Amino acid sequence: MSQLLLQKISVQFGGLLALSQVEFELGSGEIVGLIGPNGAGKTTVFNVITGVYRTSEGDVVLSGGSILGKRPYEIFDLGVARTFQNIRLFSNMTAVENAMVALHCRSRIGVIGSILRTRSQRKEERQIREKSREALAFMGLEKYSDTIAHNLPYGLQRRLEISRALASGPKILLLDEPAAGMNPSESMALMEDIARIADLGITILLVEHDMKVVMGVCRRLIVIDHGVKIAEGKPVEIRKNPMVIEAYLGQPAE
Amino acid sequence: MIPGSKHIWKKYAIAMIWLLVLLWPLLGIHADGTLTFSETWSVWIWIAGVLLGLLMLVLAHRSSTSRMVRAPVAIAMEKINRLGKVMPGKVWMVLIISVSLLFPFLTDRYAQDVAINVLVYVCLGLGLNIVVGLAGMLDLGYIAFYGVGAYTYALLSIHYQFSFWLSLPIAACFAAIAGCIIGYPTLRMRGDYLAIVTLGFGEIVRIILNNWMELTNGPNGILGINAPGLMLPQFSNGIGFEYIYLKKLHYLYYIVLLLCVFTVIAVHRLNFSRIGRAWEAIREDETVAELMGVNIFRLKLLAYAMGAVFGGLAGAFFAARMRFVSPESFTFIESAMVLAMVVLGGMGSIPGIILGAMALIVLPELFREVELYRMLAFGAAMTVMMLFRPKGLIPAKRVGTRSEEREG
Repeated sequence: MSQLLLQKISVQFGGLLALSQVEFELGSGEIVGLIGPNGAGKTTVFNVITGVYRTSEGDVVLSGGSILGKRPYEIFDLGVARTFQNIRLFSNMTAVENAMVALHCRSRIGVIGSILRTRSQRKEERQIREKSREALAFMGLEKYSDTIAHNLPYGLQRRLEISRALASGPKILLLDEPAAGMNPSESMALMEDIARIADLGITILLVEHDMKVVMGVCRRLIVIDHGVKIAEGKPVEIRKNPMVIEAYLGQPAE
Repeated sequence: MIPGSKHIWKKYAIAMIWLLVLLWPLLGIHADGTLTFSETWSVWIWIAGVLLGLLMLVLAHRSSTSRMVRAPVAIAMEKINRLGKVMPGKVWMVLIISVSLLFPFLTDRYAQDVAINVLVYVCLGLGLNIVVGLAGMLDLGYIAFYGVGAYTYALLSIHYQFSFWLSLPIAACFAAIAGCIIGYPTLRMRGDYLAIVTLGFGEIVRIILNNWMELTNGPNGILGINAPGLMLPQFSNGIGFEYIYLKKLHYLYYIVLLLCVFTVIAVHRLNFSRIGRAWEAIREDETVAELMGVNIFRLKLLAYAMGAVFGGLAGAFFAARMRFVSPESFTFIESAMVLAMVVLGGMGSIPGIILGAMALIVLPELFREVELYRMLAFGAAMTVMMLFRPKGLIPAKRVGTRSEEREG
């Protein structure tokens, strides 16, 4: 059964057609790469799935139900978590708190409970903290749980973004250029982490420019250019696809 | 030997000449057309002299010739710090609690009056802190909720003889409703726009209070509000209960202290709950907070409502204490004062805001000596504090960082 289904998605900004009739499907537990030249509309796809942008056409279906028109927090609650192209952590909060925010929608205690600090509030708070620490530990950040996010080195901030997304226990994880700015050994480690996340049964959609990473972890690739899907298939096929080569390198000289 | 570069002295000279040019027309030209110079010179020499002294101090500080002075200061500071570590937080708590409990027995009416003022503003500051410090929304009309709380109790008291204690939750509710009404249209706004809209709402509330003659008696205000009362056991003729109005200043002090302690505990607990975390996430990055599952509309509205609740409680007490309310008490300058307390003390930091409220209420009282220059000295003190401690007197500490704080 498909976990996420995009049906003929079009997005228009004024006169500009950012996405046109984009369609694809993610199976449960799959790692799929979304690639394309700069400005092709990859991040726009993410923003459509997470509810930031409104589509002018098409439908987004998550495990059988449409999520079109839902607010971003509702979509997150339904199990779609993401990271950002430029790191966007809650930079003055500690690492563990960053992850704890993601569990806000998984907890229920209200104002009165918080002020009275009831037994159930303390229990819930403990659970939130434990789960967040687990998410940090999964990405190898257990040592840094009490460090302020902006004091973390760049590579760890990237990992923290992923832990924050994982803390809520999502079904689908959207990674927006997670290897950007990483050195080869760091991106190798990242590839292993992505594989480990997929082993948890989480579907991963990966936008990445580092072709080594993309070819290394993805079973399937989707290529878009100028807002149009131009190819889809196994990495080996994509590498040989003339349309893709043209999109990246331009037309061959006569 | 003259320390410092030529550049600095040139700037100093230009500044002093500029000051003279500004000063002389103000002091030297009189209404009848006569010109004098002596007064200008004496004032100018004073200012130039003091500034020269300050400049020398700064230069000495920079060139570290003042090490002789600084070394012993550093040692003393370290000793104080070590003492702070030896004395655990609980000792401090006990000290603070006992001082605040014994305060009315050790001081005169004037000091008690100032203390009550400080405590009212602590409540207001902590309430505003939820909106500004935690959720990161600049609110310039906060005093409106104080006004709503005050008028709620005032009207309930004179029309229906409601008791103070019963009116407290009602005032809080009304203020919260006002908070939602003000909050709702501003949910999509950020930064400067939000500040201007809240400023407008603050004024609207004041103008309504001023003009709705039938309800609020307009600028004349409402007189004859009951003081807080208590059922006290009476033993004079048999055992019975008597309802006593607590008009004495030290009773009022204890009531506001109670209110203040409640506010501190409530704000602290909210801050360290999932709700406080969500507020801080909104402050840090609203878009990401929403993408991480925080219902930002609901939580921003909640921030306004909770901030308003504490403002409303403080307002009800204000009405009960003054036993008179008029729109004049709820002007923009009051909002600005409360905001200044929050910023000065350190946004998001409870001890900081308590200290900020103390500073902003007590400092003007101390400057009463120099009556005419009071606001000037006050402004200068604030400027200096913001220059040297831009994050506030006691900047907020993050939740889990107390042990690892030093690496930052």
